[in-house]
Amino acid sequence: MAAYLMRRSILGSHQCLRTLSHQEIVSKFSTTKCLGEIQKMTRLHVVDNSGTGRIAEFTGRPPRCIHVYNKTGVGRLGDKILVAIRGKKKKAFIVGCKQKQNFMVPRFDSNNIVLIEDTGMPTGTRIKVPIPSSLRGNSGEFTKILSIATKFL
Amino acid sequence: MAALGNRVAALGRIRLLRSSVFIQCRYSNTLPEATVEKHRKSKLAQDPEESETESLVAPRDYKYVYPEFLPDPKPQYRDRIREKLEHEDMFRRRTVLKIPEFYVGSILAVLVSDPYAPGKKNRFVGICINRSGHGLRSQFTLRNVVDGQGMEITYELYNPTIQGIEVLKLEKRLDPHLFYLRDALPEYSTIPFDFEPVPHPPGATIPVNPVKVKLRPRPWHERWERQDLQGLQDLELPERFYERAREVAKPWEKYDLMKQYRESINDDDAAKIMGYVYKKIQELEKTKER
Repeated sequence: MAAYLMRRSILGSHQCLRTLSHQEIVSKFSTTKCLGEIQKMTRLHVVDNSGTGRIAEFTGRPPRCIHVYNKTGVGRLGDKILVAIRGKKKKAFIVGCKQKQNFMVPRFDSNNIVLIEDTGMPTGTRIKVPIPSSLRGNSGEFTKILSIATKFL
Repeated sequence: MAALGNRVAALGRIRLLRSSVFIQCRYSNTLPEATVEKHRKSKLAQDPEESETESLVAPRDYKYVYPEFLPDPKPQYRDRIREKLEHEDMFRRRTVLKIPEFYVGSILAVLVSDPYAPGKKNRFVGICINRSGHGLRSQFTLRNVVDGQGMEITYELYNPTIQGIEVLKLEKRLDPHLFYLRDALPEYSTIPFDFEPVPHPPGATIPVNPVKVKLRPRPWHERWERQDLQGLQDLELPERFYERAREVAKPWEKYDLMKQYRESINDDDAAKIMGYVYKKIQELEKTKER
């Protein structure tokens, strides 16, 4: 197995070198489509009616994700994250993702979050956009988010 | 009898265990490549000598009305037995659910069973921006802008949780996909949930909507200027973008007959499959009339 892996890696690096030398003539960077994942430093969109979120959007400095509370480091639907908003650290829940989703689960044009206080209560009183219906299966702290949602799709 | 059955099962398990010693790293849901290859080369997997279906010739547009019956053109994914079985399953699904004719650009409403919704049902309305996949895995994507929030849902056409597909407006667009609506102004993909169905008389030609979409300024999801898209207004880009698009364009590809042959199901094969589909659809309609 190890020998196989080694051969693979040698082959791989060799091919990589070849393509690199070829690409230097054409272009110096990769042009793959971005994944739209929520990870550290991702800009986010606050969808509740809290004042902090609105001002942050208005001043042109939308919140940034600075930590994802799961093992993969990639925020998925319903995950809790830590965001930097208006010079403060706040916790939030992800209620809509830009990246590719499973069948029947909506994919949104922006990465949507709902801000929560340290106690777990939502900062706003209403969510302005639809949120995925599959989130209704979540339990625990997330039920407080569900109670302020207006539309499920 | 039951005891005998148990013994046989136990024997089978031992055999399985023994075989698993030889084939160590193989997942339980896979087959060895050699077995698959043998199966592919067997006579059963070849096209049968046609005698009864050749009399039936489907109407020309059947290829476009039922595109999901055409197999994947990639030869490594062709498997005639699997295709046959999948077609049977698709027709069985069609006896229960009416899957209407629709195209990219049509406006659809999809009703899905949802365990969390109050009425256990969830309805979504949107414009179809893409159709892809083959056989049972064929899928379509609906896009809509709800409360100013653009959203898309991809459905599998033959997913058993779908309770109904309704075509609210049957029409085509100028392009094979409408992914550029993600970068367009929201009014081009905003459809109200109470959209009145536009009647379409059976047998009439499908209208083509010649609307030209206006995009937001860059950045975009893709370099639309490099794709040969008809449904876009002038992109208002600096000249260097069009120059580069001309440099990387491959205008000779439309004369590459071998490439076209490789990337599509040829007319003979398609006619054969569509003749079979035509026969089955007619049978379906007859049983429904009864």
